[in-house]
Parts: sequence; C-alpha cells; structure tokens
Amino acid sequence: MNFQFDSFASFMTMNGHGPFVWAAYGITFVVLVYLLVSPLLQRRQFLRQQARQQRAANRSV
Amino acid sequence: MAWQWFHRLGSPRWFYEKTQAWLPWLTVITLTLLIVGTVWGLAFAPVDAKQGNSYRIIYIHVPAAFLALAGYYIMAISGAIGLIWKMKLPYMVMKSAAPIGAALTFISLVTGSIWGKPTWGTWWEWDARITSMLILFFLYLGIMALQQAFHSRDTGDKAGAILALVGTVNIPIIYKSVDWWYTLHQPASIKFVGESTIHASMLYPLLTMVIAFYCFYALVLLLYTRAEILRRESRTQWVNDLVAQATRPDNKDMPIKGGSAV
Repeated sequence: MNFQFDSFASFMTMNGHGPFVWAAYGITFVVLVYLLVSPLLQRRQFLRQQARQQRAANRSV
Repeated sequence: MAWQWFHRLGSPRWFYEKTQAWLPWLTVITLTLLIVGTVWGLAFAPVDAKQGNSYRIIYIHVPAAFLALAGYYIMAISGAIGLIWKMKLPYMVMKSAAPIGAALTFISLVTGSIWGKPTWGTWWEWDARITSMLILFFLYLGIMALQQAFHSRDTGDKAGAILALVGTVNIPIIYKSVDWWYTLHQPASIKFVGESTIHASMLYPLLTMVIAFYCFYALVLLLYTRAEILRRESRTQWVNDLVAQATRPDNKDMPIKGGSAV
C-alpha cells in the first residue's frame, strides 16, 4: 500500500478532481461535526437552565 | 422475570446511566476508524481506472447512504415499539434518530451530486435512486415537523411514529431502484450474497468507513437521546439530582458562569 500521489500538490489537485473530492469531504466533515456538537450544546443549555430554576426555587423557600 | 430486561430497557433513567460508560469507548473507536478510513480512502487506495480520483467520494457517499437507510429502520422500529408497548424511551430514540437520518441523507445527496458532476456530467438527474433518496430526506424532515406540530407531546410522538411506519414503503424502493429502473446510478458494488464487484484494495477502506459511520451513528444517537431524556424527565428527582451535581460551583466540568466545558 503506497501513497498514491507524487507530491502534496498533486494530492490537492487530484488530476483535476481535487475541488470535487475536497468539497465533498469538507461538507461531510462540517455536517458530522454539527451532529456531534449539537446534542452536547443541548445538554449544556439544559443543565444551565435547570440550575437557574433550582437556585430560584431555593431562594424563594 | 423473563421480561424484566425489556422493562428496564424502557426506563429512561436506566438507559441514561447505563450508556454513560459506553461514551468514551465509542468516541475513541469512532474517531480512530474515521481518521484511518479517510486517510486510507483519500491517499492510499488506488486510483479508479475509469473514474480517476473523483471515485474517492465513495468512501463517504456509500457509508452515509447506508446509515441514512439503517437509521430509518431504527427510527421506524422505535416508533413501532413506542406505539405497541406505550413506552417512553423508544419515542425519545425515534425523535433523536430523525435529525441524524436527515443529516446523513443530506450528506449522501450532496456528495452524490458533487460526484455526479465529473462522472456523469451533471449535478442532478431525476434518476430513480436519487429521487427516492430525496423522498427519504423529505420524510425525515416531515417526521421532525409533524412531531413538533402538536400541543401534546404524546400525540406528536404517535403521529410521528405512524408517519415513520408508513414511510418504510420507500426503503425497499430505494434498495431496488438501481435494479428496477436502471438509468444512471450504478448498481450496488458490495453484495452480501455473491461476489462484490469492487477490488479488495478499495473494498477494505470502504468497509472501514462503513463501520466508522455505524459507530458514529451509534455515538450521536446516544448523545441526542441522552439530551432528550434530560429534557423530558426534567421534573423527576434523579434529573434534579443530576443537575445539582453537574452544576455545583466546585465542579470544573460544568461551571455556571462562563466556561466552555460540556
């Protein structure tokens, strides 16, 4: 198994197919990162919101 | 007694606590496989004799399409379990599976479109496979919208589950579309029965990426479902305790003011 390109430059251009390949991988990467981050942000937002409510409830007692 | 595991599986709290320990492992496995598969497919797999380097899109296009379909099964089966046994957890899984499935269908449509330009000379064609995948995308969006459209969460869950079950008609159509209406999209290269029409040097990185996407799907589905469990169980004591624990001022993982750790 070998590196299939002569140079880093030819790895980027991929004989003219570079823009297509890199665009496809780039868009996929962005969507996957979004999928991974958004539930973590949801969780954090929930914890903050609930903590605020708990403190408000404790104060009013 | 024999059904105890089934009822426990329906308990959001049990699920939340049980899956906690899986997350670090699953994250490590997923990231490793994704990196190995991507580097392998982009740089080390041989160039395709007919398509040149554009074929390298296969290493994300096919895994994303696999999971777009497998994710639909997971969503529809969860919905069916929710409808039949009236359990809470399956509906939360169903709700979580919809945006993930939509995102993966989006990836397979967009990467397919980008792949189509240098290969077929067009960004888009109303080919049977492409059209049925577009319908799948709208089904996912429709289920998400329908579930939110009711004042009562129960009604929304049931309506979403019924639409998900009706939509399963589309799945065998997607699978068979390349054989029934053979126009543009090529037939499957990987076959479970009989010889695959793809060389081992290209098949192994592809299989790596398929497994990586399955792991990624499992990880993200767990994360979405866990966030949904917290929201829906927010009135219960165990979630209150969890919130108090996670947001204690001395807990570095979850500072209330500022900070970025999750």
